[in-house]
Amino acid sequence: MKLIFEQNVPGRQGFKLPESDVPVNASLDSKYLRQDAARFPEVSELDVVRHFTRLSRLNFSLDANIYPLGSCTMKYNPKFTEKAAGMPGFADLHPLLPQLKGGERYVQGALEVLYDTERWLGEITGMKAFTLQPLAGAHGELTGIMLMAAYHKARGNNKKYIIIPDSAHGTNPASAAVAGYQIISVPSDKKGGMDIAKLKAVLTDEVAGLMMTCPDTHGVFNSSISEISRLIHAVDGLMYYDGANLNATLGRCRPGDVGFDLVHLNLHKTFATPHGGGGPGSGPVGVTARLEKFLPVSRVVKRADGSFALDYDRPDSIGYIASFYGNFGIILRAYAYMLLLGGDGLKATSDHAVLNANYLMHRLKKNYQVAFDRICMHECLFSASRQTALGVHAIDIAKCLIDQGIHPPTVYFPLTVKEAIMVEPTETESRETLDLFVDAMIEADALARTNPAAFHDFPRTMPISRPDETKAAREMNVNFFAPTA
Amino acid sequence: MNPYIANTEQDVRAMLGVIGVDSIDALFADIKPEHAPQSFDLPAGLSEFEVMERLRRLAASNTTVLVPFIGGGYYDHYVPAACGAIMSRGEFYTAYTPYQPECSQGTLQALFEYQSGICTLTGMEVSNASLYDGGTALYEAMMMAIRVTGRKKIIMDGGVSPIYRKLIRSYTHNLHIEFMETPIVHGQTDRAAMFSLIGNDTAAVIVQNPNFFGVIDDHADVVAQAHAAGALVIASVYPVALGLLKTPAEMGVDIVTGDGQSLGLPLNFGGPYFGFMATRKAYIRQMPGRIIGETVDAQGRRCFVNTLQAREQHIRREKATSNICTNAAVCAIQASVFMSLLGKQGFRRLATLNLDKAEFARQVLQKIPGVEVKRSSPTFNEFVVRLPSDAADVVEAMIPRGFAAGFPLGRYYPGLENYLLVAVTEKRTKAEIEAYGVALAEVLG
Repeated sequence: MKLIFEQNVPGRQGFKLPESDVPVNASLDSKYLRQDAARFPEVSELDVVRHFTRLSRLNFSLDANIYPLGSCTMKYNPKFTEKAAGMPGFADLHPLLPQLKGGERYVQGALEVLYDTERWLGEITGMKAFTLQPLAGAHGELTGIMLMAAYHKARGNNKKYIIIPDSAHGTNPASAAVAGYQIISVPSDKKGGMDIAKLKAVLTDEVAGLMMTCPDTHGVFNSSISEISRLIHAVDGLMYYDGANLNATLGRCRPGDVGFDLVHLNLHKTFATPHGGGGPGSGPVGVTARLEKFLPVSRVVKRADGSFALDYDRPDSIGYIASFYGNFGIILRAYAYMLLLGGDGLKATSDHAVLNANYLMHRLKKNYQVAFDRICMHECLFSASRQTALGVHAIDIAKCLIDQGIHPPTVYFPLTVKEAIMVEPTETESRETLDLFVDAMIEADALARTNPAAFHDFPRTMPISRPDETKAAREMNVNFFAPTA
Repeated sequence: MNPYIANTEQDVRAMLGVIGVDSIDALFADIKPEHAPQSFDLPAGLSEFEVMERLRRLAASNTTVLVPFIGGGYYDHYVPAACGAIMSRGEFYTAYTPYQPECSQGTLQALFEYQSGICTLTGMEVSNASLYDGGTALYEAMMMAIRVTGRKKIIMDGGVSPIYRKLIRSYTHNLHIEFMETPIVHGQTDRAAMFSLIGNDTAAVIVQNPNFFGVIDDHADVVAQAHAAGALVIASVYPVALGLLKTPAEMGVDIVTGDGQSLGLPLNFGGPYFGFMATRKAYIRQMPGRIIGETVDAQGRRCFVNTLQAREQHIRREKATSNICTNAAVCAIQASVFMSLLGKQGFRRLATLNLDKAEFARQVLQKIPGVEVKRSSPTFNEFVVRLPSDAADVVEAMIPRGFAAGFPLGRYYPGLENYLLVAVTEKRTKAEIEAYGVALAEVLG
């Protein structure tokens, strides 16, 4: 498809600005002015609408396709929450209003949304207090590690290391490193859980804490979690809960009750806010009572008279981690989602997410090697090892599914399982849709046995076939206006 | 009843049969009684229209009827209807990160166009596919400059947003980075102070244009000084102003960041917005975040992919250039729609309207007895006035008259209590500006 810049016709306009109604023609000294105008396309509004509508049709999306992406929780995004986020009483609110004198009066509704969301997330996770400011999951991780550092500094602890299981998301070690810590990776045992003996072997007084998901990225709930917490706490380390897999345990287990000291959640996973093709997200961070004083400013507080305010007077706080109060529009969607579902609805969410995952695992285990043959939580993990023996890799199976209208599962993650295929159906998919996925996977397995060479051409029905990624990286053509070879 | 779960009781029985257990509870056997929640006390679920009633009540207790003259980096620009209409397409907002290019060409091409738009706007060679917001983008740029130069001293101009400076300080608290801040003179960068600090140990100089006080500057001389010492220059910019202003590339700046809110995004009480970042091609491997590159498919057709992923956390883990994963893709695409709608001519006109309306407002305000409009340096669409009394009190008194009259600088600058930062966008009419002047005269009189 042509780029919007290639549809340029000089003189065309896509938006009408008003005539100036002020009797002024201001001018600036030419030394402050640009030489040439930005080369934005000259196109009509219809050109723009048609272009982007056509582009949108080149995408898979949750509204049209199943996304059984392990560790990503691609659940349906209720339309109502979009409507809520667009309400002018919220969307038109300037973030500096509450920073005027007495300005909190003008944003009481927005502050109530933030206050209640913090409280409910606290109840869901067993945490004392939340900040909603982190703008994405990884941003929440960084905030969490900064809180950890503030705790250790206040205690006079000399800590250098963060322990992370080898099955963790890449953001965990990256966030800990960005915050100034060194990483110790701990391997998993044969059942998919953390190897306790190996954990004990690396535990020293210099360990600041441990970061993990629970259930872990093998789709397994670690029954030893309380013991792990005791071990980490014994060296005055802190337990960090990566909320990527919270969708498995709503109402069944709260991180705060099994020894976690800090959590981050991904509202764009468990709380059904849209992924947006890669953002914006929202990564609230919750902490137990002993860490509350370190939370970033500002804090949303409820006064004795029932009104809401922002508290900036927090001497032990780690300071500002975002410009304002978080991705408010995303938080508002999650707030509406929680109101719609309520406590029972949230618990049912995990019940059906786990049911769907186990159903898929059982229907597929004849054809695909199960990584850990046991009950799984909200996601199930396979290895394409049998198919690889025939010359068909996880990525080939992924590309084959695309032709069936199915977004591929997560492949080659976690790194602990060779040729990993990680499937997370979520609670919002029906049995019929799960069966379609199972049928497509079984067909792919059959094809691997009969005609493995066929996989090299998949997908065949998309606007493009497999791209040349090496060429992209070599030529680095990332800007229409400066192509280079 | 939960409309977002499709399984019926019959489905559940059949699926449990396939699994070979007799209840959903059995699937949670790994969660032992000792792990059970001590509490899970949440409100009962509601219907859509019950929730809507509650949201209406909450929205009504926010005040959005004030005529806004408040900016501080976030502005009341008009958002064209086509922006919202295109972004309400589920094909964009319910898509996943485009790791599978064959079924994500829509997002990928749109982000490639976004990157190109940011490049032509700033004059830079390469852009990433967006970051969280303007403040965190500036922090990422600073870390990038530290990687590029191998140095750890940062010189920050006093005109950089105080909010951005605060958050950069929090992030680098434990990282042994040396910070120096320089004052401003007549609203602009203090050259003498700045040049005396730049040395062979300087990683980067950080400036903002227009700066927090709305003042325009040409930082070419700062760039020359910094480059002579082997340091980089980072500029945080306001994109709408670049409709007219000298680009950071023309000044020789190395890394450009900013907040994208003004490119077609609602104010949303602080987010979601997006941050942008553009730089020289030579530094692309040190840039954080996703980058979309052009390539061809097996049949030789042009297509787009995530490229240079070896910088990123999902490949490099603790050795990545940043921990960033999710960015703000759909907001960046919305900005791309905005830039396309405005086009080459419209975008320049938008900037001119902002400039003219703000100039008119300055003329109106300077006629009011006791109000001093600062004129020592040029401004774009935001400017500082000195009032005869505490600006916070004046702004409070303007609210019942229907105006969000500006941002009192005393909040972030002790000693500047009488100073008010006033923003005027293309949306403000002559009548509104004149009424604002009348109201301000009343309050001060």
